[in-house]
Amino acid sequence: MIGVLLTVIRRDLRLAARRKGDWLTSQFFFVMVVSMFPLGIGPDPEMLRRVAPGIVWVAALLASLLSLSRLFADDHRDGSLEQMLLSPHPAVLVTLGKAIAHWLIYGIPLLLIAPVLGLQFALPPEAIGVLMLSLAIGTPILSLLGGVGAALTLGLRGGGVLLTLLILPLYVPALIFGAGAVDGALSGMGAESHLSLLAAFLVVSLLVSPWVTAAGLRVSIE
Amino acid sequence: MRFSLYRYAAPSTFYHLAGRLTPWFGWAAGILAVLGLYIGFFVAPTDFQQGEAYRIIFIHVPAAWMSMFIYLVIAFWSAIGLAFNTRLSFMLARALAPTGAMFAFMSLWTGAFWGKPMWGAWWVWDARLTSSLILFFLYVGIMALWSAIDDPRRGDKAGALLALVGAINVPIIYFSVKWWNTLHQGASVKPSGTSMDEVMLAGMLIMAFAAWFYAIATAFYRVRDIILERERHTEWAKEILEK
Repeated sequence: MIGVLLTVIRRDLRLAARRKGDWLTSQFFFVMVVSMFPLGIGPDPEMLRRVAPGIVWVAALLASLLSLSRLFADDHRDGSLEQMLLSPHPAVLVTLGKAIAHWLIYGIPLLLIAPVLGLQFALPPEAIGVLMLSLAIGTPILSLLGGVGAALTLGLRGGGVLLTLLILPLYVPALIFGAGAVDGALSGMGAESHLSLLAAFLVVSLLVSPWVTAAGLRVSIE
Repeated sequence: MRFSLYRYAAPSTFYHLAGRLTPWFGWAAGILAVLGLYIGFFVAPTDFQQGEAYRIIFIHVPAAWMSMFIYLVIAFWSAIGLAFNTRLSFMLARALAPTGAMFAFMSLWTGAFWGKPMWGAWWVWDARLTSSLILFFLYVGIMALWSAIDDPRRGDKAGALLALVGAINVPIIYFSVKWWNTLHQGASVKPSGTSMDEVMLAGMLIMAFAAWFYAIATAFYRVRDIILERERHTEWAKEILEK
């Protein structure tokens, strides 16, 4: 079981390492979207500090959706996805492995870039720590829930935009608790409650998403 | 012959049943709506706090109830359809969605009309408003997915999966938004008694039934079209289509 999971993860990591352009596109998208906001709303540090958690989180949602539209598409095109589903191993392992790989490839870099963006937005060090922590708990949710949308929209025309329509409403709790944790740290109310709720949402997503994603892949491929 | 409810799971029999029932539900909805609106606008007393403006609740509350209820019904039929592979369940889910989206939009729209005189703003980021807005987005997402998939079987199942994930997520979204911000007045109608005048409550319940019957009538009307479209290759559907 674990072996299959690791194989799927290792395969996706290797594929990503051989296609660095795709990987960098998503990270730069994140940085650029966040950097556009001060240009739009003005350079006042006080205001930037107030809006920073929300902006970084919304940009993280969009960046993850951007990369999620390709989560299954390449494997579907060359037929390897079909082979994986035909294999005797449970399809849940494939979808869970792909979600974990997506998080390692696209989620972890977001949380490593976030401190730099936090400095741009004049966040104090404690808040930057909480921002990283909230992204560390929250980005796996984005990969897991996004996998459901990626499976359902596989091979459809306009799949990317459609994926956004389907999945953004489902991301709302992650956005609220994730950005709320940083707000809590900024206002001195503490971030623990938000982080715990975010972690609870992660557990629910982990329990539900891989199965629904597997069912969605079956529907899309048959 | 023993009567069996399962008989109506066949699209061909349900087509005729829906055809016979649609006018009944339609007329019931119309009559109840006239009665409910009459009570709401002429009989019910003026609210001592909110004046005349509160009367929008006779449309607003039933619409909000129906928008949530229809989403649950869609999720229910999706679950039945996925579990037993019954085609009619998916068709009903599809037929219900536009009505549900319409009610969700209506509850937002009438809520804005009510919010302007009460809160002095068309829109505030309050928990209930925000979760209604997200519910509306969920409807839009499901309908967009259905319309993007040409193969009806795949569309049925994909939409059903999305509806189920949405249904699991709805309470989480609701509570997350609730903790995030709350300004909306508490619910006036609770299972344990109500804080409303009896006439107001009667008017609102009548309107709720009107909305309910309207939803059934439109869903049946729409499901007949969907059945005919799906079954156009069968003999009985061809006979109807040629008439």
